[in-house]
Amino acid sequence: MERLGNGPKAGIEAGRLTAADYQANFADLHPRLDRHEALVESDRCYFCYDAPCMTACPTSIDIPLFIRQISTGNPLGSAKTIFDQNILGGMCARVCPTETLCEQACVRNTAEDKPVEIGKLQRYATDIAMEQGRQFYSRKAPTGKTVAVVGAGPAGLAAAHRLAMHGHSVTILEAREKAGGLNEYGIATYKAVDDFAAREVDYVTAIGGIEIVNGQALGRDFSLSDLTAKYDAVFLGMGLAGVNGLGIEGESLTGVEDAVDFIAALRQAKDKSVLPIGRRVVVLGGGMTAIDAAIQSKLLGAEEVTICYRRGKDNMNASPYEQDLATANGVIIRHWLAPKSIIGKDGPNGAHVAGIEVEYTAIRDGKLIGTGETGVIAADQIFKAIGQTFSASGLGALQFEKGKIVVDGEGRTSIEGVWAGGDCIGSGEDLTVSAVAQGRDAAESIARALAAAAQPATAVA
Amino acid sequence: MADIRNNFVGIKSPNPFWLASAPPTDKAYNVERAFKAGWGGVVWKTLGEEGPPVVNVNGPRYGAIWGADRRLLGLNNIELITDRDLYTNLREMKEVKKNWPDRAVIASIMVPCEEQAWKAILPLVEETEVDGIELNFGCPHGMSERGMGSAVGQVPEYIEMVVRWCKQYTRMPVITKLTPNITDIRKPARAAKAGGTDAVSLINTINSIVSVDLDSFSPNPSVGGKGSHGGYCGPAVKPIALNMVAEIARDRETYGLPISGIGGITTWRDAAEFLALGAGNVQVCTAAMTYGFKIVQEMITGLSDWMDEKGHRTLDDVICRAVPNVTDWQYLNLNYIAKAHIDQDACIKCGRCHIACEDTSHQAITSMVDGVRHFEVMEEECVGCNLCVNVCPVENCITMEALPAGELDRRTGKVVDPTYANWTQHPNNPMARQAAE
Repeated sequence: MERLGNGPKAGIEAGRLTAADYQANFADLHPRLDRHEALVESDRCYFCYDAPCMTACPTSIDIPLFIRQISTGNPLGSAKTIFDQNILGGMCARVCPTETLCEQACVRNTAEDKPVEIGKLQRYATDIAMEQGRQFYSRKAPTGKTVAVVGAGPAGLAAAHRLAMHGHSVTILEAREKAGGLNEYGIATYKAVDDFAAREVDYVTAIGGIEIVNGQALGRDFSLSDLTAKYDAVFLGMGLAGVNGLGIEGESLTGVEDAVDFIAALRQAKDKSVLPIGRRVVVLGGGMTAIDAAIQSKLLGAEEVTICYRRGKDNMNASPYEQDLATANGVIIRHWLAPKSIIGKDGPNGAHVAGIEVEYTAIRDGKLIGTGETGVIAADQIFKAIGQTFSASGLGALQFEKGKIVVDGEGRTSIEGVWAGGDCIGSGEDLTVSAVAQGRDAAESIARALAAAAQPATAVA
Repeated sequence: MADIRNNFVGIKSPNPFWLASAPPTDKAYNVERAFKAGWGGVVWKTLGEEGPPVVNVNGPRYGAIWGADRRLLGLNNIELITDRDLYTNLREMKEVKKNWPDRAVIASIMVPCEEQAWKAILPLVEETEVDGIELNFGCPHGMSERGMGSAVGQVPEYIEMVVRWCKQYTRMPVITKLTPNITDIRKPARAAKAGGTDAVSLINTINSIVSVDLDSFSPNPSVGGKGSHGGYCGPAVKPIALNMVAEIARDRETYGLPISGIGGITTWRDAAEFLALGAGNVQVCTAAMTYGFKIVQEMITGLSDWMDEKGHRTLDDVICRAVPNVTDWQYLNLNYIAKAHIDQDACIKCGRCHIACEDTSHQAITSMVDGVRHFEVMEEECVGCNLCVNVCPVENCITMEALPAGELDRRTGKVVDPTYANWTQHPNNPMARQAAE
């Protein structure tokens, strides 16, 4: 077979593949079920009592009901059931680790080791509604109250939509040039094709009463006290802007990059062939970011992609499904290896990565230690995916714990009139669906507070 | 190896599986294919009287209802009797019978309720040397509007009269096919017997509207926006057919009258149930129309393997075996007490037993025990109704366990009485009488 493109050329190169390869590699990972497939799959749902899938869903979607609605030929009713609990149900259908959430809880696992494909069914219903532009919610009469939402990610969008339903006027302040947060910048390309994140933002904001102002960063362009002074309530829905560093020699060499930047660049690139990728890539980390970076490196034409994780398989944050997806795509996952130093080599454009020295690890007395035994993995490019941190300024006296914002059960922070949700709070689970639940619930709490404030004092007995 | 050869009113076939009179048996082409696939016999699609052929609608003839995964559960049709020329059918019947001497070929007949009409057609059929005739008193649509089919089957006096003519004008065995569209199936069966029929076959299809198109508001199948009731068949009608077969099998007046069982038979298991309730053989249509003729292979091997496993050597070891166990409600033993039992290892925790019991029955199944999702029968509430067994998606996960005599029924606080006691003896029954001394 004729080999096209740059192929296994050494170094970091763009255009390793043919146009057709790029197209195939970054196409929809799981195309939407067609009507027949959806009917067959929906028939498998047992319509459980107090369904375990529903309990497992962070947004508590009434899963048996929406599946039954699909099975009876009512996908729009099904979509409404989903959106009632999760207005970002379309993205969640694509990116939720369903194998550790609803589908793990499905009783069909006990029955025959094969859950109902809830995620795919959810996508079927939500896609139909969104493609038809069906809006199920309208704004209540404007209350005259204003709410500022910081961050147009899943938490912020969910909060904004729910606040808009209550008739409040919402202004979302977003640091980046596009709304969507991690949905726009942090999801593997093949999970949300055709600008889905942007289309979802449009769908959510179509309710009205929501203004998104881009390029507005907390701490740079405004502070929390500016917002509390100007708005009746504030919801903080920032993501994790900081990236953990390795703190080892060679980290600043050309070719050492943050995986989140790589993933964001991939998502934003219309033409994947312009994206350079190493012939040999090493990804450091064990979470979803590591998996997404590794798989997409492979899909860009890297010859050899290795994930190095310093603990065992069971400790990886990436789900078994994601790990399998990586290995099916030819990624090698190596466990019990910690980065020790990055090896550089001089080249025409200065020093760049040539490999990474790793040290074998083990658990001794409950502690992770280096065994002293080392090895070298050749690499042209190294992606760091060892975690992100919450780093924000301009938050004044807001209370933190372990680097995250402290909130109560309703999402209220230590400052009156300020709520928070998503990755920036202590209980954030690093999941889109959890962020949606927190945004939605905080919005309800805000709405209650604003309604109570609007009552004449005498009404409070 | 079980012997499943069938002898039904002297008509022999290698197995008890016949194809019922219907589209699958309309012509030699289909019947030859059926015999090649292994069917023991066919009842040729109903012949009408000589003359211009019957006309069918040119739009849809069938409608259906489906279960999960679009499995066909019930089929409805508005097709009439054969729309082919009488002599073409007769010629083909003769040829097929000649080519397949070991298979049963029965002619189904429907002509006007006049002696002359029957007298005219019977010799023509007899000349084909087929094994017998089946009188179609069953079709509930179309022909019934012209005084034939179920219009005859609904009037026992007509049944008796026509059967009598047939017995008078032919030496062939006569099978009288009954319509279920009546209130008491024993009446037409008794009439057929009085007329001298050799056997009855049942059920024919049930009057039905299978669905309504919610866009056009036309019943389905829709012929240009209008629909007519059709005849319902397929797995959905099996329970109705089983009851009617049993009613005839256990009726004092028709006891011993051979029955060809029809109605939703899809598997060997269905067939065995019909045999057990008194059918001497079975006729199949919808299953073949759904899956093709090959299904008979499953039926033959299934029946034979089951008989081997149970030690039944011939069909006679099975036929009527369940009939003595069919009784009237009033004779059921009220001292028999059963309780549901959930096998916790088999339970998948779907909770359907709980919600069915909680919402619609006796509040006898837990949903949560010590804060954990757990479904267990509370014996003190369980009336043994069996609903949980029926709604459980896992076979044999929930079973009904009889309480042994002497054990305490925690619901009533009474000890299980070992004696048999039915409603006729119950103190709450105002009609109960003391046994004569």
